[in-house]
Amino acid sequence: MDMFQIVLDELSARPVFWFLSIIMLVSGFMVVTLKNIFHSAIYLILCLFSVAGIFILLEAEFLAAAQVLIYVGAVAILMIFAIMLSTNVSGKKTMTTQNGLPVAIISAVFALGTIALVIMTKLNIVMRGSDGFISKGLWIGEKGQLPTENIMLIGKYLMTEYMLPFEVISVLLLASMIGAIALARNERS
Amino acid sequence: MVPYIAVAAVLFSLGLFGVLTRRNIIGILMSLELMFNAVNINLVAFNKFVWPGELTGQIFSLFIIVVAAAEAVVGLAIVLLLYRNWQDISNDNINVMKW
Repeated sequence: MDMFQIVLDELSARPVFWFLSIIMLVSGFMVVTLKNIFHSAIYLILCLFSVAGIFILLEAEFLAAAQVLIYVGAVAILMIFAIMLSTNVSGKKTMTTQNGLPVAIISAVFALGTIALVIMTKLNIVMRGSDGFISKGLWIGEKGQLPTENIMLIGKYLMTEYMLPFEVISVLLLASMIGAIALARNERS
Repeated sequence: MVPYIAVAAVLFSLGLFGVLTRRNIIGILMSLELMFNAVNINLVAFNKFVWPGELTGQIFSLFIIVVAAAEAVVGLAIVLLLYRNWQDISNDNINVMKW
């Protein structure tokens, strides 16, 4: 099947997805190219918001809420704090480097090409259907429903099947918190 | 499904470009967040379209969000420490560990 045609069909079928993706990609482009690092932090917030919208389109409501709370509410604000504490917001120090530009463009385009190649050649993959049987089919076109009680089920999974990863990730958060405090502590006072 | 993966691929490449071109360490961290988000979109899209009855991909991307938050916290603490010692956080000036 022609991949480009598939992309076009899905785009025309989903104007909301189209809208969110355009916002996400344009603001992502702004994040990596703007000279003023503070402006790119603002665009990062916009980009993270549109990623949350895409999560809602993918029926992952809890993840969208977590995205807004953790990324927009915590990580992006932390970035802005760090920018304000560490740089003069505009000026020469905030500029992107120039000498690595061709290498970076080549690497990014190469990575994009590799992923696109994988998407196009593996469009017909052997995959496991929702009934557990392994079948050969397209990545797209698999009709199925996610469980509707998203938040409830995620809570249940975190308390039963994914109990150990949940505990490990709490230890990781605690460790990183202590590490950050220990690093940023002012030893003279 | 393919549009989601295509968009995530473009976002990932943008993040990679940013990591390679940014001079400011905070800019590198922000580009890393873009790459994390691209991966999360991939995981959720695969969860929805390839294995619709389950929530494994969503839970996994929840863990990725937490790990990214931890990474950002430690990274920004290091940035502040660098700024305190060097008064500069562009990565071409910080090369004391370069042999």
